Amino acid sequence: MNAPTLEFAAVAPEPALQQTASKQFHVLEHHPENGTLLGFWLYLMSDCLIFACLFATYAVLGHSYAAGPSGKDLFDLPLVAVNTSLLLLSSITYGFAMLTMQQKQMRATLIWLAVTGVLGAGFVTLELTEFAHLIQEGAGPQRSAFLSSFFTLVGTHGLHVTCGLIWLVTLMVQLGMHGFSEANQRRLQCLSMFWHFLDVIWIGVFTFVYLMGSMA
Amino acid sequence: MSTAHTHDATPGSAAAHGERHGSSHGHRHGDGHGDGHGHGHGSDGHDHGSLLTYVTGFLLSVILTAIPFWLVMAKVLPSQQVTALVILGFAAVQVVVHMVYFLHMNARAEGGWNMLAMIFTVMVVVITLSGSLWVMYHLNHNMMPTPAHQMREMP
Repeated sequence: MNAPTLEFAAVAPEPALQQTASKQFHVLEHHPENGTLLGFWLYLMSDCLIFACLFATYAVLGHSYAAGPSGKDLFDLPLVAVNTSLLLLSSITYGFAMLTMQQKQMRATLIWLAVTGVLGAGFVTLELTEFAHLIQEGAGPQRSAFLSSFFTLVGTHGLHVTCGLIWLVTLMVQLGMHGFSEANQRRLQCLSMFWHFLDVIWIGVFTFVYLMGSMA
Repeated sequence: MSTAHTHDATPGSAAAHGERHGSSHGHRHGDGHGDGHGHGHGSDGHDHGSLLTYVTGFLLSVILTAIPFWLVMAKVLPSQQVTALVILGFAAVQVVVHMVYFLHMNARAEGGWNMLAMIFTVMVVVITLSGSLWVMYHLNHNMMPTPAHQMREMP
């Protein structure tokens, strides 16, 4: 009983309820070590199902142009390439933020997080510009089933990135206020998973929607 | 049961705990450990990555992204079907690269539950995608307006 007691005495103060509960429960049974990360992973998997449904919708409706413009007429591949590289770069800068977090370098972590945020904001801005351009050309979501499913799929991804950006800024403020507390480190890990997951979804989007759409 | 815990945070009361809750072993699993705090992070098989894994993953991703764009934009391959299959293959490989190098996916993370959840998700995703395409393709084919003479011969 001694070793775990010492361990819990060493960590930052937690509510007494959780402390005693953990002391009692974890000594006797072995649980997965970090419930939050597993829970967040399960959330990501359910999010993955949402995107799977949207991809399936796009796959079914993607050629129903209603005599309107097709992907070949609309998609601007160089712009998509820039967008893709922005998101890919933001993935590795977030990775650098995680590495500097492990070395407890606050300044470097905040800088890398800020770079990630700027790249993400650039991605969202470019995507909104593209959407505005399409709508201006009369190729809005109401034009055809193809465009409805396109705007829903790509828009949902963009909305996720926007949420990730809000979360990122919130975490930067919290890091500034509370430092590398255990809760903050856990939150950064969750956002890391979220951010890389969005990059994985984007692989599907640029391959299936943009590249294959501009061929057909 | 929970309120009894709040007062004794001192190490010495562990024995008292054992006494008091001796009869409630069956409930031990249910409550009080939602947070996972206070544990060493290294011991759960969760790999947080290193500079090498991130840079490797990034370089692989750049290559795996650039090639499909090049194939489509320069129209390298003669047939569209072949190009489509090839870029889908590149996308699949890149998803695995991201999973391994950025999301640090392995069979040990969280005692294997991560992997199990992912396998289940992949299964559902495959069923959803292939099922939708299959059903809707046949629906499009068979629900074409039927010519009158064919309609008369319908059973």
